[in-house]
Formats: sequence, structure tokens, C-alpha cells
Amino acid sequence: MITVNDKGTYLYAVTLDTDLACPEGLAGVAGAEVRAIRHAGLVAYVSTVPLEQFGAEPLRESMEDLDWLGETARAHHRVVEAVAEGKPTAPVRLVTVYSDDEQIRGLLSRRHDDFVEVLSRIADRQEWGVKAYVDLASAPPSEERATGAGGPGAAYLRRRQESIRGREEAWRQAAARAERIHDALSSFAIASRRHRAQDPQLSGRKELMILNGAYLVEHDRGEEFTRLVEELRGPGVDLEITGPWAPYSFTDLADPAEPEVLGDG
Amino acid sequence: MTEASRFTPAVRPGSSVASAGRESANLGDILERVLDRGVVIAGDIRVNLLDIELLTIKLRLVIASVDTAREMGIDWWEHDPWLTGNNRGLLEENRRLRARLTAMEEQQALVLEEEQALESDRPDDHRE
Repeated sequence: MITVNDKGTYLYAVTLDTDLACPEGLAGVAGAEVRAIRHAGLVAYVSTVPLEQFGAEPLRESMEDLDWLGETARAHHRVVEAVAEGKPTAPVRLVTVYSDDEQIRGLLSRRHDDFVEVLSRIADRQEWGVKAYVDLASAPPSEERATGAGGPGAAYLRRRQESIRGREEAWRQAAARAERIHDALSSFAIASRRHRAQDPQLSGRKELMILNGAYLVEHDRGEEFTRLVEELRGPGVDLEITGPWAPYSFTDLADPAEPEVLGDG
Repeated sequence: MTEASRFTPAVRPGSSVASAGRESANLGDILERVLDRGVVIAGDIRVNLLDIELLTIKLRLVIASVDTAREMGIDWWEHDPWLTGNNRGLLEENRRLRARLTAMEEQQALVLEEEQALESDRPDDHRE
């Protein structure tokens, strides 16, 4: 009786219910089997997960473990990608866990129109990621003038301030450049988003990330898009392209008009 | 169960951002997407990421310790002692060093003068 709720339903993604069979033999988070819940013309891709691992409390700890997190994120992403290969897919945020399948059906009924709207927006389109880096450390130093009046101390101070101004200027130029690159890519794309620049710890690069953009591009124009990125490359700015991705950045659901009703199951 | 050590994120440089397996995608890019983007569902739900916001603070340090590149730009600026409150100490030190330098320069000038005086003494001894 008490242990009746020791399992939850983990949600990965939502798609329209089409004739296409759902991917088979797919392993999800914690190696759990992925299954499809069909309801109201939509399909939810889910796994049954133990709450001793996917309850709020245990997650609070395991999410701190980057190895566990990395593994779980990859598993989640793998399911999303496999589903997105066949049809327009709305990826759901990591560790979205419901009490049971009935609750998922409730979600699909309640948010039906929002899901359909989002899925039609991203149909036959893919997300590309473009990141731009500049190495401010290698920015050309400002002109060093010969020691002027005021002695060596003042000259040092002046040099120091000039180098700071040089860096500021280099940064300003880099930011303007990022703006131009983003504008060029945005005008090609159906939709675009600028995300927060990644920390060097995450990007794995010491250079400053000046652009972290996501671009929604027609499925059959991906090659054109990558060519455009190539053309935008230039000295001093390194561009990195990733994708195509499932449209993670373009599937915001409209805010529900009213707070969702609790406990309809 | 809840000792502080268990909350320490296991960040291993190199291993945590390496790509592996069939996905060529960088783990950092995947983390960013699954944690920061995609559909968020609030309300009638057992667990969602928002509920564990507390723990993601540390993760956010990794994922987005800076809001924009501009802020990153400001960051080095703010930590530059020449441009923050710390520069008072540095300017004071600079003044002291300049004073010492001037003293040394004066001393050296004196030494030079003495040397010159000695040298000019040698060739013609008519002064003495």
C-alpha cells in the first residue's frame, strides 16, 4: 500500500500521433525502456523510473554528481534525438517526472492545443547551434609610447591603462562582430535565439564566447546554413557550428492561462 | 547521507566535457539544452527541474556563470585592482616606489657626478 507510488513516469518528449511507429528497443534514463503513451492525437515518450532514484530528494543529490548527470543527460538526449528523427518533436526538460501514466494523459488533454501549435511551428525544421569565440588575450597591445614625463612609475601606470583600454576596445569590436554574425544567421533562419554565453568550464575553451546562438532552419536548407557559417568566419573570431539538433530552443509552450489544476488523477 | 562532501560536484576537467559514444555532440552542449531549454511543465507533476532549483545553483555556476559575454567583459574589469577599491593601496605603493626611484636616481646622479669629477681630475692635474 505504502509502496504503491514507488515508481514514476519520466517524460522525454511529445509528438503528434502519426502512423510512424515509435522507435523500438530504445533505452532511456537509468537504462529504463522507452514506451509511448498515445492520447488525444499526441504521443508522449516515457519511461517508468524508480522514485528512489528519480524523486526530488535523491535527485537533489545525484544531480550534483556530474558523472551521473552527464549519463542521464545523454540518455535523455538520445531518446529525444531518436524520436525527433522521425517527426516534429517537442523535447521536455530533464527530470520531468509524473506520478503515473494517467497524469501524462491528463497533460496531453489539457495542453493539447499548445503542443499542436508548437509542433506545427517546428515541423520540417531543425535547430543549429553557432558559437563564436574571440581570444582577447591575443588582442594586439596598444601602442607603447616612450617614457614620458612623470618618470618610470607614471609610464608603467599609463601602459597599464592603455592595455586595459585596448582590451575594452577589443571586446567592443568582438561584441559588434557577434552582433553582425547573429544578424546574418537570423535573417537566414526561420527563428533564432541568443543564449547565455557558456562558461569556459563548460565550453572547454579558454577563449571568450561572444555568441551562443540557436537557429531554426528548414530541414532541407541545413547545408546552405553551414555554408553561410563558413562564409562568416574571419580572422580573430572562431565560429563553431553544432547540430542539427532537435528544436530544444524553439518549443516553449505558451504559459497556461490559469494555474494548472492539481490532482486530477 | 547528506554530508557536505556528497554535495560536491564531481567536476573533472577534460572528462566531463569530452564527447563519447554515438553522439558526436559535446556534453556541455547537451547539458545546456536538456537543463536550460525544452518544454517546462509546471503544476500537476511529481518532480520537475524547477523543484530542484536549489541544487542547480552549483550547476548554473558551470552552465551559465555569466549572463552575457558583456558581463564576462565586466568581470575582468571589476577584478582589475587598478580599477577597483584596491587601487588605493596600489597607488599608495606606486607613490612610495616612485619616491624611492627618485631617491635612487638622485643618488645615481651624485655617483655619476663624482665619477665624472674623478675622471676629469686624472688627465690634467693642474687643478690640484
